[in-house]
Amino acid sequence: MIMMDIAHIAILLAIMISAFFAIWFDNLLNSVISLCAMSLLISLEFYILQAPDVAIAEAAIGAGLTTAIYIMALRACQSSGWRRKGNDKDERS
Amino acid sequence: MKPLSIVVRTICNIFAWFVAIFGAYVIIHGHLSPGGGFQGGAIVATFIALLLVAHGGKRFFEWVKMDIFTAFEGLGLITFVGIGFLGLSTTFLYNFLALKGGLFGSPVTIGPNAGILNSSGTIALANMAVGLEVVGGLSTIIIFMFLGMRYVMEGGKEGSEDDK
Repeated sequence: MIMMDIAHIAILLAIMISAFFAIWFDNLLNSVISLCAMSLLISLEFYILQAPDVAIAEAAIGAGLTTAIYIMALRACQSSGWRRKGNDKDERS
Repeated sequence: MKPLSIVVRTICNIFAWFVAIFGAYVIIHGHLSPGGGFQGGAIVATFIALLLVAHGGKRFFEWVKMDIFTAFEGLGLITFVGIGFLGLSTTFLYNFLALKGGLFGSPVTIGPNAGILNSSGTIALANMAVGLEVVGGLSTIIIFMFLGMRYVMEGGKEGSEDDK
């Protein structure tokens, strides 16, 4: 029981850390990968809370399809010349 | 969008089929185990997205056409509503196949057991219809996103109003 609580709290902390990194990275591809990891951890959390039905849906849609859609949108944005102002400095250095 | 490297394509060729088989398993066993039509359909749509990302649009559209996913969507919805109307002599979505014998109506044993696969009546048929519909819908979303990306990358500069 103690081990289960420790795993539960560790997963919640990992969700918070990956959500923080999703908005902390300057590179948008790193943010998308961090969102994918957060979604996977959320599905693990659903499984611990005994909702395996929701866990399967979260893992398939959150970690699979949403990441693919985000990466496609990101690639289209990069090739069309759109660029965030803060990113110019990173590409020069 | 060019296809990815040979490593990614080989891994996709080997392991993508397991994703598809697992999605079909989740759909077919939807009335016994966790999951169902929506979850299994989302897993199979992940298979479609994996093929599209790894092999690029040119080879993917040689294998399969866009219209077949729209056809899946319409066919799934019509099948679900049709199953609902077939039981209309009692109520809408009445389980008219249960306990009648045959492929879907084998009787249920009393007591703890592992579950009998073909004992659900119309629930398994409705699950398959929902799975077909979800595969069509989510794959259509992915493919439209891909076509929009290709339009922006090759053709006009539609996304370039924010340049300055």
